[in-house]
Amino acid sequence: MSDFVNEFWNWYVILIVLVSIVACGVFLWSQSIHHPGGAETTDTTGHVWDETLEEYNNPLPKWWSWLFYLTVVFALVYATLYPALGRFPGVFGWTSAGEHKKEVAAVDAQVKPLFDKYLKMDLLAVAADRDAMEMGGRLFQTYCIQCHGATGQGSRDKGFPNLTDKDWQWGGTPEAIVETISNGRMGMMPPYGGNPDAIGGEAGAKEVANYVRSLSGLKHDSALATKGKARFDTVCFACHGQDGKGMQAVGAPNLTDKVWLYGSSEAKIVETITQGRANQMPAWKDFLGDAKIHLLAAYVLNISGGGEKK
Amino acid sequence: MSETQSMYNYKVVRQFAVMTVIWGIVGMLVGVIIASQLVWPELNFGPWLSYGRLRPLHTNAVIFAFGGCALFATSYYVVQRTCHARLFAGGLAAFTFWGWQLVILLAAISLPLGFTQGKEYAELEWPIDILITVVWVSYAVVFFGTIAKRTVSHIYVANWFFGAMILTVAVLHLVNSAAVPVLAAGILTPKSYSAYAGVQDAMIQWWYGHNAVGFFLTAGFLGIMYYFVPKQAGRPVYSYRLSVVHFWALIFTYMWAGPHHLHYTALPDWTQSVGMIFSLILLAPSWGGMINGIMTLSGAWHKLRDDPILKFLITSLSFYGMSTFEGPMMSIKTVNALSHYTDWTVGHVHSGALGWVAMVTIGSMYYLLPRLFGKPQMHSVKLMTVHFWVATIGIVLYIASMWISGVMQGLMWRSGNADGTLAYSFVESVKVTYPFYAIRLVGGLLFLCGMLIMAYNMFKTMAGGSTADAPVLLAAGQHA
Repeated sequence: MSDFVNEFWNWYVILIVLVSIVACGVFLWSQSIHHPGGAETTDTTGHVWDETLEEYNNPLPKWWSWLFYLTVVFALVYATLYPALGRFPGVFGWTSAGEHKKEVAAVDAQVKPLFDKYLKMDLLAVAADRDAMEMGGRLFQTYCIQCHGATGQGSRDKGFPNLTDKDWQWGGTPEAIVETISNGRMGMMPPYGGNPDAIGGEAGAKEVANYVRSLSGLKHDSALATKGKARFDTVCFACHGQDGKGMQAVGAPNLTDKVWLYGSSEAKIVETITQGRANQMPAWKDFLGDAKIHLLAAYVLNISGGGEKK
Repeated sequence: MSETQSMYNYKVVRQFAVMTVIWGIVGMLVGVIIASQLVWPELNFGPWLSYGRLRPLHTNAVIFAFGGCALFATSYYVVQRTCHARLFAGGLAAFTFWGWQLVILLAAISLPLGFTQGKEYAELEWPIDILITVVWVSYAVVFFGTIAKRTVSHIYVANWFFGAMILTVAVLHLVNSAAVPVLAAGILTPKSYSAYAGVQDAMIQWWYGHNAVGFFLTAGFLGIMYYFVPKQAGRPVYSYRLSVVHFWALIFTYMWAGPHHLHYTALPDWTQSVGMIFSLILLAPSWGGMINGIMTLSGAWHKLRDDPILKFLITSLSFYGMSTFEGPMMSIKTVNALSHYTDWTVGHVHSGALGWVAMVTIGSMYYLLPRLFGKPQMHSVKLMTVHFWVATIGIVLYIASMWISGVMQGLMWRSGNADGTLAYSFVESVKVTYPFYAIRLVGGLLFLCGMLIMAYNMFKTMAGGSTADAPVLLAAGQHA
């Protein structure tokens, strides 16, 4: 996009900048040869204010004048070499965006052999390589800690999974982890609060919640849980399975373990059932590229203690 | 109301001079509080006393309350004495005093309450902006009215600088504060929506911001320097010609330098470059003032030994020269890439603000106060010397710690690992800055202590003093 709506403003800027720089030098030169007042340099100008205030008329210090000229010349040279005069790009064709691209490309080229080396290795072997894991850790600290935390333990009850346990929402095989990081995941628990036929409203949700708590051995009301089981077996089983062990293909969590993304209290579970949950792991493929994802997946395997058997 | 035209108006000068010291203490105290908050974040009490609200209170208090009162006091004194005429429009001059105090009071209330335009050094909302405009126009009428009724033909150099400051600050304030005024929910909830958007808004803001430094804090204080240095040294100004050249070059070049605050941002590259090259051209014109001030003392260097006022004035010029060298260097893009957003900037600002602005103000106030209260000199000359050393050590600690932490932060933020990741997280750079925050706090605390010593000395000088005005002197040519 151009900075100028038409050629006039382009030339206006060029002209006013050049004239202003040159004017500084011309002004200095004119004041160096002209002696205003004609007073001798050792005498005062002859004016007196407030009884004692007078002025000598010493010439401009030579070194100071040269310093001034030097900056004026530098300004002109710089404006020729670098962008400073409207649309004129400067002899070097330098831009700040171009410099950024160049720096990024230089670093990319420098680190490429390092990443290529690990990309050729099997992911499980990378996960066992100490140097690779130090590198993966640094990548994790750069790209992943915002949600999963510096230790990878996620955020309790806020929906950010703990990556250091053995529980996998979407699968813990090397391929599944690479897929999760590359293309992201959309976890969706539908809201049932608005549909009394499905789950029986707030009261029904409470029954289901008690049943769900019973699945993982938490304190629950047996009478409510029994009623809840009937509801579970007609609605919830579709994703979470008859046994409540979930389904990794759709990211439906296992309800029989001790891992809770959004909390295990009755109130929290009722909230999950009635209002639903939407969860997203962003897709990183375009931003990070295969090589970084390969290392990150290996690192995640490593901190989870070896991942999941196929 | 009939004024005694044969007497100088000292009343308004006296009022502003005393408030300079008072607001200096208040502004620097808030500075010490926010410096403490950086060392101990627990000291952020509630939203009203949090760092984010106290920081603009600190900058407004030291620049506009302390610096502003110093400019009013000295310019009203200097313009009368060098024009050999009583101040024009005494009633209006009194209004500038009470109006300016009201602005300060409103700032002190509204900023902690969270009212802000979010523009640095221009935070105050539109009703206060309008009041500032009215007071400032009155200031201009009083100042230029006095120039108009002068009884000498030539206008003394100090008045050029005061005049340029008054005119330019008026333009800067009006343009940058242009906004759509809104009352969000009644008279007590003013809100200003800037007339500019996006990068233009940023550009206008830093055109204002840099020239607030250039004219309010530089040109105005050079005006102070041009009167009080030759007066105190008892020597003629070194070079009239140099003052002409550096005056015009300074006020012309400063106008261009603003974009260096926006290096490596969405501002177009050519605009950044123009800001940078004019910032470099600004070096020599800035140094012109330093040379003229320091060389005025040539032949009288021995006076520095036992005259604390000259110590303050000449040290202020040294800091002025140092920070006006540092500024152009920091405007160079490659240097700025390291210094920007670090404490180096904070150090640079304070070498100007404490070293130059505050030191030249303190020197001129020590000159003025006894004369305004009919005393031969300050209550204690020794305490002035103590103040000088306490303040100087404070500045050195402040600047040195911020330089070190700034360069350290810049280097940490840019250092990378072999795999292209950053070597340090942001919080790691915060952690290693803590000791320097502590040293800075000590420096600031010392400077504040100096101001407290000054206040004691001032009140002792005021006690039993006479508040009579001095007679207007005949111009030199009229003696014969």
